[in-house]
Amino acid sequence: MTTNVIGKPLPRVDGRAKVTGVARYAADFNQPGQACAVIVGATVGLGRVTGIDTGPVEKMPGVIAVITHRNAPRLPYAPHKSYIDPATGERLHVLQDDHVRFYGQPVAVVVADTIEQAERGAAALHISYTPERPIIDPADAQALPVVPEAGKQPDARLPADTARGSADSALADAPMRVDEIYEIARENHNPMEPHATVAAWNGNRLTLWSKSQFVVNEQAEVAAVFGLPSENVQVICPFIGGAFGTTLRTWPHVTLAAMAARQVARPVKLVLTRKQMFFMTGHRPRTLQRMALGATVDGKLTCIVHEGTGETSRYEEFMEALTSVTTFLYSTPNVRTRYRLLPLDIGTPNHMRGPGEASGVFALECAVDELSYKLGMDPIDLRRRNEPAIDEGENRPFSSRSLMKCYDLAAERFGWSRRSPEPRSMRDGRLLVGMGVASASYPAFHAPASARARLLADGTAEVEVAASDMGPGTYTSMTQVAAETLGLPVERVCFSLGRSDYPPAPSHGGSWTMASVGSAVRAACLAVQKEAGKHPQSGRPIEAIASSQRDPDAAARFSMHAFGAVFAEVAVDPDVGTIRLRRAVGAYGIGRVVNPRLARSQCIGGMVGGMGMALMERTVLDSRDGRPVNAHMADYLLPVNLDIPQLEAHFVEELDPHVNALGVKGLGEIALVGMAPAIANAIFHATGKRVRASPIRIEDVLTV
Amino acid sequence: MKSEKPFSDDAVQIEQNCGGLSRRAILLTVGGVAALAAAPTAQSISERPPTASTGRVRLVVNGKPHELDLDPRRSLLDVLRETLDLTGTKKGCNQGACGACTVLLNDRRVVSCLTLAAMHDGAQIRTIEGLEANGELHPLQTAFVEHDGLQCGFCTPGQIMSGIGCIAEGHAGTPDEIRFWMSGNICRCGAYPGIVAAVADAAKRA
Repeated sequence: MTTNVIGKPLPRVDGRAKVTGVARYAADFNQPGQACAVIVGATVGLGRVTGIDTGPVEKMPGVIAVITHRNAPRLPYAPHKSYIDPATGERLHVLQDDHVRFYGQPVAVVVADTIEQAERGAAALHISYTPERPIIDPADAQALPVVPEAGKQPDARLPADTARGSADSALADAPMRVDEIYEIARENHNPMEPHATVAAWNGNRLTLWSKSQFVVNEQAEVAAVFGLPSENVQVICPFIGGAFGTTLRTWPHVTLAAMAARQVARPVKLVLTRKQMFFMTGHRPRTLQRMALGATVDGKLTCIVHEGTGETSRYEEFMEALTSVTTFLYSTPNVRTRYRLLPLDIGTPNHMRGPGEASGVFALECAVDELSYKLGMDPIDLRRRNEPAIDEGENRPFSSRSLMKCYDLAAERFGWSRRSPEPRSMRDGRLLVGMGVASASYPAFHAPASARARLLADGTAEVEVAASDMGPGTYTSMTQVAAETLGLPVERVCFSLGRSDYPPAPSHGGSWTMASVGSAVRAACLAVQKEAGKHPQSGRPIEAIASSQRDPDAAARFSMHAFGAVFAEVAVDPDVGTIRLRRAVGAYGIGRVVNPRLARSQCIGGMVGGMGMALMERTVLDSRDGRPVNAHMADYLLPVNLDIPQLEAHFVEELDPHVNALGVKGLGEIALVGMAPAIANAIFHATGKRVRASPIRIEDVLTV
Repeated sequence: MKSEKPFSDDAVQIEQNCGGLSRRAILLTVGGVAALAAAPTAQSISERPPTASTGRVRLVVNGKPHELDLDPRRSLLDVLRETLDLTGTKKGCNQGACGACTVLLNDRRVVSCLTLAAMHDGAQIRTIEGLEANGELHPLQTAFVEHDGLQCGFCTPGQIMSGIGCIAEGHAGTPDEIRFWMSGNICRCGAYPGIVAAVADAAKRA
């Protein structure tokens, strides 16, 4: 493929719409005659609703309806699961019974003419409960881990147990050992845009302007819940104000918006409050991990034991790739991984940027760093010494792996050679300075996708896919792929997404949009060109739909992952324990880069997210009732502008002909993975204090 | 119940004086407001007589005068978004903590979710929709695209309005100064380096 447009650092094609306020997000689709709905959440963490005094609220000005489990329609809730939903368990059926399964679970909806009236009605609604004691804390003696049902088969995508060699006996015999426990805090995605749905019925047809990273699945899910044919539901979402995984699933508030709109026979807008986003729409699960490494005295890894447990709800088994990277990141003959779930009285967690990998790699890469100090060896040298030639977990070659090239490039840009190896040996005035590194990895996924391309008589082209753009630049990159394939200038290509009646795309997550949707766009453009060849100068629009998926032969032959190396420098105030990230450099091998300007932004954004994971983000639950005590954007700490220094993202040249025809691997997730352990390792280097729990806080380093 | 009034006079005064410049002052104010709003029990609210009255408020939004009958509880943000359908201004947290709803109120930046429209009779409001002149983007809008100071775009209207305020206040002299004075606007996508570059670039051109 010649590259005229792919690889160019074009500015965003939707940039003007976004800087002028013209770009419309779900809650911006005000409909004529629209009413407002506000969800009332349970104020107990477990139990039953015993009374709801709807009378006084129904009489309040502007209130149209108060919907509770007592008067809500019994919905069909036909079985429906996509790969994005937990394989085991059943989704929450909202307002169908009196059970309260977690704090904040919707127990009523107030619908009114205006937002103020609905909010006031919601605040005034008196509900009584028979509360029970919820189990919230993973350390609670009554919290018992289970083997995830969907991981029991050895060929499961996320197997509960894997083993090669004899890791435990190798660990017992190892001359050098690290064996530690790592804890990752519960995090919330906190995209800037709250979840929102505007629902409007026309007979038995439903239109949802709704925040979604997976419009075709939202269509299928809502159709199943209401017992409608799928084609009766249309989901529209042209812009997403950030999501990071939280809108991959369709949550109960979408059902409530549609239910309310049907009940009051008007369009209804329902926007979650920021507080509700802390318990109603998933979170990165809290995890506990044991990571044990055995090595020879000259730094050859002899074994890895990785045992991880993640929290889930009582009603669904949410699984993530917590232990996956451990099986292939290093060369070692003996590896054992074990993944368990801990059902608690909480809402179901879900995928958050780098789901599983971010938490698992934190443990692995901090442990490798610990080993390097025990060995007195440079942490990059240790990794180089254990760099595998193939994926030893799957016993097949990588389609490409540029990890050491990433280290070489980033080490040079960062100035790693200026680091003195001893902890506490570098200072800047009073401040302790530390430098740390970590590897990053994320699978190069590719899901089946389809696209429609249309050539118009005026020499322009339209391309449509039911894909999404939560910020990485799908609009721009797909325009580039289409322009390149069709041989048109980008100004002549109009790419549209975010409608469930467009050709279906996979979920906008897992870093697979560029690979999957990009390949489909390319296929559709090639198909429409072929079609045009049959009807030269017809004067009418020419259209073609095509789909694409990964070459099954390549998929069988190769292990496909992106790799990266992240370097961080921190300064720690030895007197008051404040930790500042001073700079960071990441280098990534992600196959072909379609748009370096946008890719760089996406990587830097991921590094900012990783910084939040390392130093700030933690949703704290009150153990008495599961209430998040910091459900506020000023109390759930997030990186702000002043927290972020100069960050650099670089890409190594990597040609991978196996992953897909475009040669792209995706970079949304890997950009976050690796940052948090690099910072944790830098903090150890600065202070000599090893902190094995995220986020690393002032009190953790105060005693240095 | 502590008070029949939704706000203490002090809280109103602090908010009017601070004009959005001090995030801390605003947070303090809001802390007070939120406490009052949350204090009554469900029953005590429902026992109160309904307050369906509206008040007449004149606002000049992007140069266009409006005379509105408003629910006195309606925030400036909800007036823009729900009453006037100017949805460019975003509701990110409705708690004054994220900055997505930043607009210029009499040329000073405020988080519009935290101020009631009824408090600003006669005020001049400028929103993201009011920046283009004769089809030309404002220099800061252009700079945001050029420096890729955005990803999802949801915080962008607030960032740009805040950036205009930051430059007008003389707080855009150095990158560090910009970082400090733009820290009331959260960007969860992490476009901060581009935002700083865009504000610095536009400040030079201003």
